[in-house]
Amino acid sequence: MRAQFPSTTLDILSHDERLQVLLGDIGVFGFRHVFAKYPKNITNIGILEQATVGVAAGMALAGDIPVVHTIAPFLVERAYEQLKVDFGYQSLGGNFVSVGGSYDYAALGCTHHCPADLSLLLNIPGFELVVPGTAKEFDRLFRSRYASLTPTYFRLSERSNHLDLDVNFGSNTVVKTGTSGHLIIAVGPALERVLKACDGMDVTIVYCTTLNPFDYNTVLSLSPTHVSFVVEAYEGLGFDILGAFSARADVTFDVVGIPRAFIDRYGSFDDIDRYLCLDAMGIRKRLFNVG
Amino acid sequence: MSEINLSPLRARILELSMQAREGHVPSAFSILDIIFVFYNKVSKRTNSDLDLDDLFLLSKGHGCLALYVVLEHFELIEKAALDGFGSFNSDFGGHPDRTKSPHITASTGSLGHGLPIAVGLAMSRLRRGVNGSVCCLIGDGEANEGAVWEAALLASQHNLNNLTCLIDNNQSGERAVHISAKLSKMFTAFDWEVLEIDGHDHCHLETAIFETGTVGGPRAIICNTVKGKGVRSMERAPEWHHRSPNPVEYSEFLKELSN
Repeated sequence: MRAQFPSTTLDILSHDERLQVLLGDIGVFGFRHVFAKYPKNITNIGILEQATVGVAAGMALAGDIPVVHTIAPFLVERAYEQLKVDFGYQSLGGNFVSVGGSYDYAALGCTHHCPADLSLLLNIPGFELVVPGTAKEFDRLFRSRYASLTPTYFRLSERSNHLDLDVNFGSNTVVKTGTSGHLIIAVGPALERVLKACDGMDVTIVYCTTLNPFDYNTVLSLSPTHVSFVVEAYEGLGFDILGAFSARADVTFDVVGIPRAFIDRYGSFDDIDRYLCLDAMGIRKRLFNVG
Repeated sequence: MSEINLSPLRARILELSMQAREGHVPSAFSILDIIFVFYNKVSKRTNSDLDLDDLFLLSKGHGCLALYVVLEHFELIEKAALDGFGSFNSDFGGHPDRTKSPHITASTGSLGHGLPIAVGLAMSRLRRGVNGSVCCLIGDGEANEGAVWEAALLASQHNLNNLTCLIDNNQSGERAVHISAKLSKMFTAFDWEVLEIDGHDHCHLETAIFETGTVGGPRAIICNTVKGKGVRSMERAPEWHHRSPNPVEYSEFLKELSN
């Protein structure tokens, strides 16, 4: 998925010179072809995230389409106020592409984890949230939104689903239809583990790559009696999104995500999955109360 | 440029603040001359200067009453619109909002945001060949913020000779971090060209702001000012930082300004 980003950018630049890529001193080698072919449209801006987002806002004011890229905690948490004020409050268009997600950098420890990124950005009104599950999905979603004139966050992941789906921005995709009334929303790369976790279970599975704006209609059209939200992020995100159902007596819901605590272990992201019960077996236990 | 008496504009600031019970009056007073000189020059441009497109960005957002009254003076915003300053439906509040007025370059108020935005504007304009400068006004206290120095680093890295940072050095932040006396050295260390002037002298301001820099990079103009300039009891008086005059005080201040 990460390798798709420079490739998509290179292609867009062949017909849209408004794009201005700002790298936070990461991904420079991956973008070498962009540097070579479109040197005026890409800058390795350095390790100064707050100013970088501000600079991106200035570029947006001047008519450019900025794309800011660095590791999730530095982009979202360190520069949060700039995202909130310079983009959200000023209603400026920009693209913020992170890597690392919640714990892709498992071995580097907590400073490089960002399980709160999506929740934080959900609290900036108007900030779009996109969580692709594959390289193709990123390519499709980025192309459809990069020039939207709204701030959009794309969360790249080291992990990808095997299933490539024709996703559309703002729409959920029905992957499997069951009869039990139990509907599971799987967000981005969590789909792979959810499909394994639900093997043999009579459930409906809906795939979500756009968290904001969230497509409630597709979910409700399937008439669920219970909705589970599976996301590789702090669980509060799911409760925030599914809170729309709290006024309904006909739907209950739960969230399978990361409990709100620092992840104080190293290892691999598979190790952390198991530690947090976010591997397929752990998700199965949490969804169906088995084992 | 001959000195212009800005007492009527100071009076207008006091009036708006009194009516709204809102506003950072002393901060507005310290930057009024700077902003007036900028817009006065820009408003007098003739056809031969039409390719020049200087932009002003107020990073020290809480001083916005100065910006508003200058925009009103040059008829860029209407008196009736500004009369509602700070009220529920007003386009003009205690910090400037670009979504409410086309004459506000950026929505500021949280210190440290404006200079990075100005750097981004300057980078784009340089690349696109847009003539004219981006002039960003920050405060000396604001220069405590790390983002200011991140932006300063970028500005010199990218040789932004179309960027001017005006620093309202009214020394109000000195009770916390002693930075005022260091500003010149700090900007110089970041490879900026640095000028230091009287921030209330219109001739010096016009010359400094609009003369071309000599080193091919960004310029910092340290404007030494008096916080609360124009009303003696406000000058350098911390208690007036975010306090609006009551009607009695307002009348007294008007008399002082008219003398």
